[in-house]
Amino acid sequence: MAKLLEEKCCERCRHEPARPCPDLVACLSGGPICHKDDACRAKRRQRMAQYRREAPPKPVVFLGTGTCGLGAGAGKTLAAVKKYLADKALDADVVEVGCVGLCAVEPLLEVQPVGRARVIFQRATVDKAPSLLDGALSGNLPREHVLAQYRPPAGSSQQAWDGVPMLDEHPFFAPQTRWVLANCGVIDPRSIEEYIARGGYRAFTKILRGSTRQELCEMVEASGLRGRGGGGFPTGKKWKFALNTPADQKYLVCNADEGDPGAFMDRAVIEGDPHRLLEGMAIAAYAIGATKAYVYIRAEYPLAIARLKEAIAQAKEYGLLGRDILSSGFNLEILIKMGAGAFVCGEETALINSIEGRRGMPRPRPPFPAISGLFGKPTVINNVETLANLPAIAAHGAEWFAAVGTAGSKGTKVFALSGKVANTGLVEVRMGTPIREILFDIGGGIPNGKRFKAVQIGGPSGGCIPTEHLDIQIDYESLKTVGAMMGSGGLVVMDEDTCMVDVAKFFMDFIQRESCGKCIPCREGTRRMLEILQRITRSRRGEKGIDALERFKGVMYLTRLAEVIQDTSLCGLGQTAPNPVLSTLRWFRDEYEAHIYERRCPAGACTDLLTYSIDADKCKGCTLCARKCPAGAIMGALKSPHYVVPDKCIGCGACVDVCKFKAVTVE
Amino acid sequence: MFEIEVNNRKIEARKGEMLLGALRRNGIHVPTLCHMENLFPTGACRLCVVEVNGQRNLVPSCAFPVYEGMTVQTHSPRVVRARKTIVELLLADHPDDCLYCVRNGNCELQKLAEQLGVRERRYTGAKSAYKLDISSPSITRDPAKCILCGRCVRVCEEVQTVSAIDFIGRGSKATVSTAFEEGLNVSSCVNCGQCVVVCPTGALREQSHVKEVLGVLNNPSKFVVVQHAPSISVSLAEEFGLKAGTDVVGKMTTALRRLGFQRVFDTSFSADLTILEEGSELVQRLTTGGKLPMLTSCSPGWIKFVETFYPDLVENLSTCKSPQQMMGAIIKSYYAQRQGIDPKSIYSVSIMPCTAKKFEAQRPEMGSDGTPDIDAVLTTRELARIIRMRGLDLAALEPQGADTPFGERSTAGKLFGATGGVLEAAIRTAHWLVTGAEMENLKVQAVRGLEGRKEARVKIGELELGVAAVNGLGNARKLLEELRAGRSDLHFIEVMTCPGGCIAGGGQPFNGDAEAVRARMQALYKIDRDEEQRVSHRNESVQRLYKEFLGKPLGEKSHHLLHTHYAPREVVM
Amino acid sequence: MVTAEKDIEEILGKYPNASRDALIPVLQAVQEARGYLSREVVLRIGRHLKLPASKIYGVATFYNQFRFQAPGRNHVQVCRGTACHVKGSAAVLESVKRVLKVNPGETTKDGEFSLEVVACIGACGLAPVICVNGEFHASVTPQKIQDILDSYRGKAR
Repeated sequence: MAKLLEEKCCERCRHEPARPCPDLVACLSGGPICHKDDACRAKRRQRMAQYRREAPPKPVVFLGTGTCGLGAGAGKTLAAVKKYLADKALDADVVEVGCVGLCAVEPLLEVQPVGRARVIFQRATVDKAPSLLDGALSGNLPREHVLAQYRPPAGSSQQAWDGVPMLDEHPFFAPQTRWVLANCGVIDPRSIEEYIARGGYRAFTKILRGSTRQELCEMVEASGLRGRGGGGFPTGKKWKFALNTPADQKYLVCNADEGDPGAFMDRAVIEGDPHRLLEGMAIAAYAIGATKAYVYIRAEYPLAIARLKEAIAQAKEYGLLGRDILSSGFNLEILIKMGAGAFVCGEETALINSIEGRRGMPRPRPPFPAISGLFGKPTVINNVETLANLPAIAAHGAEWFAAVGTAGSKGTKVFALSGKVANTGLVEVRMGTPIREILFDIGGGIPNGKRFKAVQIGGPSGGCIPTEHLDIQIDYESLKTVGAMMGSGGLVVMDEDTCMVDVAKFFMDFIQRESCGKCIPCREGTRRMLEILQRITRSRRGEKGIDALERFKGVMYLTRLAEVIQDTSLCGLGQTAPNPVLSTLRWFRDEYEAHIYERRCPAGACTDLLTYSIDADKCKGCTLCARKCPAGAIMGALKSPHYVVPDKCIGCGACVDVCKFKAVTVE
Repeated sequence: MFEIEVNNRKIEARKGEMLLGALRRNGIHVPTLCHMENLFPTGACRLCVVEVNGQRNLVPSCAFPVYEGMTVQTHSPRVVRARKTIVELLLADHPDDCLYCVRNGNCELQKLAEQLGVRERRYTGAKSAYKLDISSPSITRDPAKCILCGRCVRVCEEVQTVSAIDFIGRGSKATVSTAFEEGLNVSSCVNCGQCVVVCPTGALREQSHVKEVLGVLNNPSKFVVVQHAPSISVSLAEEFGLKAGTDVVGKMTTALRRLGFQRVFDTSFSADLTILEEGSELVQRLTTGGKLPMLTSCSPGWIKFVETFYPDLVENLSTCKSPQQMMGAIIKSYYAQRQGIDPKSIYSVSIMPCTAKKFEAQRPEMGSDGTPDIDAVLTTRELARIIRMRGLDLAALEPQGADTPFGERSTAGKLFGATGGVLEAAIRTAHWLVTGAEMENLKVQAVRGLEGRKEARVKIGELELGVAAVNGLGNARKLLEELRAGRSDLHFIEVMTCPGGCIAGGGQPFNGDAEAVRARMQALYKIDRDEEQRVSHRNESVQRLYKEFLGKPLGEKSHHLLHTHYAPREVVM
Repeated sequence: MVTAEKDIEEILGKYPNASRDALIPVLQAVQEARGYLSREVVLRIGRHLKLPASKIYGVATFYNQFRFQAPGRNHVQVCRGTACHVKGSAAVLESVKRVLKVNPGETTKDGEFSLEVVACIGACGLAPVICVNGEFHASVTPQKIQDILDSYRGKAR
């Protein structure tokens, strides 16, 4: 398609690509503005409809090629699609989109034949691609692979598929309210035109002409938007601190250092809809008077970085970023800073140090970054999701946003659903949605007939929520009452096979490796807490008398240590570091006791506490287990009973799985 | 000024200050490990935490500004438990070898454990294993004892602008180390020892020469000579519980003799000698168009700093050796000759306020014919250790005088111990050299005091000289940058590596706060005020040395023995 | 004098008159080009940015990303995020360590493989995940590791 930027509706249009018209976005999406002409208006409308692919002249094949899609094999599927089209000499558009959210059934291949609705195939691996395309393009859908179809837009000529459920009625999607994720997986993330065609950049350009900074801050404060990165600080309030601090330079920083293991919301938003983030940043920067903004993004997200770079270049081309944006006098430069792998850099002051080229160690607060931050200047740091909420708030107003949610928590929240749940993926729900609904309605419950045990929320700073609190509503305050926190939005589901002591140990291991080492309680304390947990999950093999004593002593002082770390650590990372332990201790004390007193792991996950042995009477000497043992811990000759060498055994359980004679026993 | 409530009592606080400052001023002691006077708080150690009303967590008083109406608890059970736990955590990763540690008895960590009543090993676990770094001639690093308070890193970076060390690694694997974790000897370290002075534990200490010196004192075939630097006699007292600023020169001389040193000389003598050589060099540079401004060369950390960071200014350094090295050279030539001793049987020890002097003594250019000018250097602290080891009660000793001929000194030589002292002594002698007359008022107030940089315009006869005295390498760097940028109104600049000069050197007693340093300085000024012989050129022993041996300042013998050459140096930087 | 090759000079040329905030981007670009940070390159960067080597080394050792050893021809990343952990990544890591006979952060003696543990790749829906030379392998098990790694052996990057 020709570049939208270069198009004039007629000779009267004053627009020049080198100097975009101040009303560019409004004109493109609802114009023309400068003159009245029904023909021009129709032309504009039609172009927008084209970018929304309402009636494409040729078939369109969409493929979800976000990081998750690629991981599931979308790259190979894509190659197969291209080969298929080439072989058949079919003229079709192939569009790589972001992630629509249902990672569990990726790769997702979507086909929109001419005149038909867009239909989605699940688990479209490379081998299936040709037959799926055959079916869709011939109108003969291979139903068993169909996930759903998109509802044809009102007034469009698209014909829906009979007997195929609408996407918005699918159990995974129906309960969701997708504001931030509205475009993810739907539009081409590499096309600013598609974003504009769906209403993008209208709010920002309107603000540039019509709103004062003060008004904007007030509006965001009134909307009740709170930081989505974990802390939950009211965004508008933060902005006002920076707005009211006089300075020759102010900065906006987008925190995309999504370090919580088990969270990938920010990645998905940037990969799937980068312009939403840019528009949000432009609004925020304008509101606080920042002319320079940084996106601090993990280097582990190469695709997201590439998408973002491209998006920034496009926005600049459209005059939506850069100097004197759309002749408003407002300048904004957005720079990308890649993180270098340090979880603590998600903390505001550590992030500032990192951008400045220092070790990412937190600074004491006060002074708060909004007063004195990056290079000593007032700096507002907002998370990706927070910023991505702004275009909609600015477009629809504070009241619209505040109408959704609970008393203290407004709008929606995106969660990354993973672990032992059927529908892993990305979901966006209204604040106040019960956790049970997210896990069992949207998430589809626990697979393999296992029993739910807990859901971990808030990452390493958060806590576990047990069955009895599943009906708790998702909002900042309610979660605190059960010792958890909102965090950035990771929801990791655990079933009966998950050991909660092991989970606590996992987080302590993570935290102590990621502790920056600056303050003593976090640096030394987390390391000792980890050791205490390691002692109680280690087998008695080779244990001396003093070791047992140390084990009990550690347990005795575990809580005391945890409290001091919470009470004295320098930054949020340290202050919340003991949460995973305290939370599991609170809800799953019995599991701890089983480990400590009975030296056994009820979930069977702490492999060191398990002993594998082979029943010589049942073993036929088939050698299968010995061959499958990854540790080489099983010995024995063909046709004679095998045995396990305990010191070599890593407790992976592979032998149990492969033995046809049920000869392997676990204690 | 307003009131805040601390421990149910009202105290006064000043607007804008941190809580810790208000507490200390009002006599409420809150422990700290990372806190450094006059530097921005880092909030790292968390020992100064207190309870403040309305705050969910404990807050660090070092980084928490006071506000009207605040209520503070500094020693509530919650606070004390937190502090105790923090110290217990430090001890859990500490070698636990206090009885064998050089800081036994004056270690801040030990003191904290005592104050907080740590009586059991509550938290145990793996201890970090680190290698000892003994590569430096001046400083030993023992990372196992490091508690990562960061004071050494900050003094090296923010005060001295050397940055030889930094935090390396992250989390519990973090250490303080050099670039690439190599030896300190190949780093940009200038050996000033300020890191040792601020280290709360035994993680940084001087490279000790105590063993060698004790060995040689028991060796009858060696003729052991000792010299003591100008600042030693006014700082040693503190090691023995005496008031800071007490001058114990006589008692110290007695102690040194009792220890077995066969001759006790005063480095202030060679300071006088330095003045004659350096003063003449300055006059020569002024009259023959030599490189100006001339920079002093008494402070070996500073020399290495210029060689490393300002190789383009090496030519500006005076070619004079430092007083320590001049004394060493004279002892092994003139004195040996006069006494009929084989220079090789002389073992020359110096007592210095400085760790860099250990490095200087080892420089290859500091000796002749393979014989080093100086064989061993002891810091003030090491001398105190030997005195205690030998059971000498310093306070009770009968004072004695130094040996001739190098025991005679002017008060000008003694002033070398404080920042500005070299400059003041040089001005006095330069005046005499240029005009042939003494100054009317010998005291040069403009170059006295503890400020980082003191500048003056001095009239000597027809000449007007721009002079400056700088202390602390950070201050020196600023001035050097001005020189590089083309500043040309200065002729003579004295630089002391350590902030305050030798009285606050890297080898001086621990816990020497600003008050103690000021007292040491006042003691030197008092000596200058009270004594008669106040100019270097009137030192008769120096005069005799020229007559009998050296000839004249800058003469051939001087050139050979008392001058040297410095050259740019490549290190890891 | 510290010397460095043309590629490094080219990178530094992109940051004229740079200040400290260019340090991490420069280190990233250099590692991208060279695979790791050598001693001489760190010194060269220091001269360019007027930063002491200790500061650069301190920064580089703070972040997981930077290496001081050449990586293997095949770079293996094992994800240890929460979702991967819950689905058994600990055993996966053990298996990789055993097959390659190296610990995380190390390179095999033949230079074939280097192993890195990453906090979370952000592909939690596919846990557990390992990533070889940027290629994802989803839902791996300890038993599959040998085959996956063997398929890379001898293949140049």
